[in-house]
Amino acid sequence: MVTNITNFGRSGLADWLMQRVTAVIMLAYTLFLLGFFLMNGDLDFVTWKLLFQGTAMRIFSLLALLSIAAHAWIGLWTVATDYIKPTGLRVAFHLVVILALFAYVVWGVQVLWGA
Amino acid sequence: MKSNRPVNLDLSTIKFPLSALASITHRISGVILFVGLIFMFWAFDVSLSSPDGFESVKTTLQDNFLAKFVLWGMLTALGYHCLAGVKHIIMDFDIGVNLENGHTMSQVVFILAAVLAVLAGVWVW
Repeated sequence: MVTNITNFGRSGLADWLMQRVTAVIMLAYTLFLLGFFLMNGDLDFVTWKLLFQGTAMRIFSLLALLSIAAHAWIGLWTVATDYIKPTGLRVAFHLVVILALFAYVVWGVQVLWGA
Repeated sequence: MKSNRPVNLDLSTIKFPLSALASITHRISGVILFVGLIFMFWAFDVSLSSPDGFESVKTTLQDNFLAKFVLWGMLTALGYHCLAGVKHIIMDFDIGVNLENGHTMSQVVFILAAVLAVLAGVWVW
């Protein structure tokens, strides 16, 4: 078995499963938000703010946020290992991606619970 | 493997089957979504920060062509990426895993994604 230290789950099968699970979570979140926007044609601040003040919505959003991070890590890892051959450059790319995803997660948590 | 086998890795000389185009488009749309997320997070942050912030995001998305185009691009990439992802999961269940059905499903994904792109355009503009 080939082991790799830069992929998400340390195993191709784990990554494959994680990619599907996170995809389904994000699809559900996307459809939910789409439905919300369609039902609230002329959206105002209070309705929008109220949506994200509910604990259930915050948990759902956090789940979607973590799914984005895992899914994008796995996806971009796959793309990078296919197209970026020089090891140093590829690892640098992985690190930039991981750092960016970490920043997205922190930013998202701040918006959901902060301010 | 014999080392003297002919190899053609010049992609520009290969005619891609539709399923290959569906695959590379899936990858490209994924990268677009990753990069475009920064705009979504910005809109998410500012819109929830205050009533004024909400209004500024709203007017930007109503008046600014570039912002509308980015939003439309994100929605189109998201629509395609979701459809191609569903196709993946269908094939994970061993449904349609042959040349003919693979071609048909790729066609369906492209057609539905085009419909979603038009609908997203109508919504944004």
